[in-house]
Amino acid sequence: MPEERIYKVELLTRVEGEGSFVLRTVGDTVVDARLSIFEAPRFFEAFLRGRTIDEVPDIVARICGICPIAYQMSAVWALESALGYAAPAAIRDLRRLMYCGEWIESHALHVFLLHAPDFLGYPSAVEMAADHRALVERGLAIKRAGNRIIELLGGRAIHPVSVRVGGFSRAPTRRELLALRPELCAGLAEAEQAVAWTASLPCPALELDYTFVALRDDRGRYPLEGGDALVIDGRAPVPLAEFEACFIESQVEHSNALQCRLADGTPYLTGPLARLHHFADRLHPRAQVAAEAVGLATTIRNPYRSIVVRAVEIVHAFAEAIDLIDAYATIEPPCVDLAPRDAVGFGCSEAPRGACWHRYEVRADGTVAAAKIVPPTSQNQARIERDLIGLAPELLALPHAEATHRCEQLIRSYDPCISCATHFLRLDIQRTEAPACDR
Amino acid sequence: MTTARPRLGVFKLTSCDGCQLTLLDLEDELLAIAAGLEIVCFTELTSASDPAGPFDVVLVEGSVSTPQQRAHIADIRARTRMLVTIGACATAGGLQALRNFADHEEFVRAVYARPDHIQSLRTSTPVADHVRVDLELRGCPIDRGQLRELISALLAGRRPNLPQQSVCMQCKAAGQVCVTVARGIPCLGPVTQAGCGALCPRYARGCYGCFGPQVAGNPAALTTRLKVLGQDRAQIQRAFRFINGWAEAFRAQGEGDA
Repeated sequence: MPEERIYKVELLTRVEGEGSFVLRTVGDTVVDARLSIFEAPRFFEAFLRGRTIDEVPDIVARICGICPIAYQMSAVWALESALGYAAPAAIRDLRRLMYCGEWIESHALHVFLLHAPDFLGYPSAVEMAADHRALVERGLAIKRAGNRIIELLGGRAIHPVSVRVGGFSRAPTRRELLALRPELCAGLAEAEQAVAWTASLPCPALELDYTFVALRDDRGRYPLEGGDALVIDGRAPVPLAEFEACFIESQVEHSNALQCRLADGTPYLTGPLARLHHFADRLHPRAQVAAEAVGLATTIRNPYRSIVVRAVEIVHAFAEAIDLIDAYATIEPPCVDLAPRDAVGFGCSEAPRGACWHRYEVRADGTVAAAKIVPPTSQNQARIERDLIGLAPELLALPHAEATHRCEQLIRSYDPCISCATHFLRLDIQRTEAPACDR
Repeated sequence: MTTARPRLGVFKLTSCDGCQLTLLDLEDELLAIAAGLEIVCFTELTSASDPAGPFDVVLVEGSVSTPQQRAHIADIRARTRMLVTIGACATAGGLQALRNFADHEEFVRAVYARPDHIQSLRTSTPVADHVRVDLELRGCPIDRGQLRELISALLAGRRPNLPQQSVCMQCKAAGQVCVTVARGIPCLGPVTQAGCGALCPRYARGCYGCFGPQVAGNPAALTTRLKVLGQDRAQIQRAFRFINGWAEAFRAQGEGDA
């Protein structure tokens, strides 16, 4: 009789939100691999209906306290496209700058405070600080620099108030932005050192067969604040308006979040590894140099190595933020009024943890008729379960506690944002189970 | 206070995580706080979390929106000396309390693809509706400075000094030009509790009530003013039924005649 092993954690720690996992093997066969999300649903898509277009950025920010800007940006692109408006380059650059702040803040939180303790063998950054104080302080300094960008542009680091459909309620002066520069330059230097440090961390061996999905920036830049299509390994790029024909969400019994897969059922990966895989050549030269210095491959199939890619992306975000500040000229007016009409619009941006796609149907009376939001963690959810299956053979030789920790570390390497993932139970059952696309 | 470090628990109910993230956003003080308090349970920060407590101080973010949470918060309360609710979800039900106004039957049918898999109460309510709360920090999110003050006060064994005036007062004190008077922009500043530093007027827009009703505010008078600005009943109702829409003083504004 083959031996049954059960690896599970009832409440994942050092992640945003509430989830658990179970991996069950009999002999060398995986019989069950489940990531359960039991975070309570909040029904954002339901209460967006009937609200005004102007209120949307303030509402969707509340989906996530860690990546509110991702939601605000995807929303304003979608709503502006519905209203037939293409924001001028200066507004787009300012949004990109703000988004750089979010990447820095969120990545630094994850790399230094949440993920690093796994590699160095501590329950948290607090215990880690007792032995590695300079390291934790470096992480906090980087994180603070990211928050400073958001605070200047949006008033506060969490749920900033300036992002509007049509622009910004207030644009910073050049002088205000230049005042940030010293802290950003210091952060850039710290981040470059962080790349070398993350690359030196002891990393479990694992190679998985990923299908990578990332947003394509239509201005030829590294994927970040916006784009026109999603690129997928070995397939044609998918324009944002065709997302629903190619990416299918379904409800699974063990999760309060919908799982998203390609139309043929393939789970896929979105986030830092996917961005690097598709667009490594678009990294800022400073980030490319940092990546090359540690011999980082552009395609990485070991999820534990994502910590290095996040560090490279922090370098990128700092370097780009400095360039954007140097090129900035005051925007006047910072916001234009857009006439409402009956229309549908799509928007997407790259949250720190992956693509965040939005669709809004709006009415001529200025209200939202329907909204659909596909957050990154619901997209990665099926892939995380597949990863656990892929990890199973490596676990058999490990003591049980270590094997369980290896699973948790793997899930954490996705930087899952569980609060984000749960709030999107479909409004329209017909649309969820669209027969033409469903598997 | 005893000589031992106060035992801290940080818990989350239905929320976005932003308020507990504010604790981690105290970048300059985080390590000092961790030295001054014993972090017994804070799952977002540490794997060495023990939800069993007991706790001297608990910070709770999020609203009560599932049957499990109702039991959970009662259980936490029983093991906690001082329970502090942080943020609009915990203090007023949060943005997700908009469901409390919805037609329940229609809402459930519209939202649940497979309702048998989901457990959710029909309402999202503040923690104080379920257990005794010792102190609250308002805001969506809470203000970092107020959180710092709260923790400093706890460590010093004194009551925190939290402003009770309106956003409008802070805005005037900051010398801001009034967005309502000068530009005709609707603003909830006169009836919203201070805490954000009059952020929205400083960013050229009206306050949208993140910190909830100010204790001595007069929302009915503001409603009258909003009508003068040309706002209709539905617009006024939408303005109040937002981040803190389920807070008692905001709940009924915009109803009835207009």
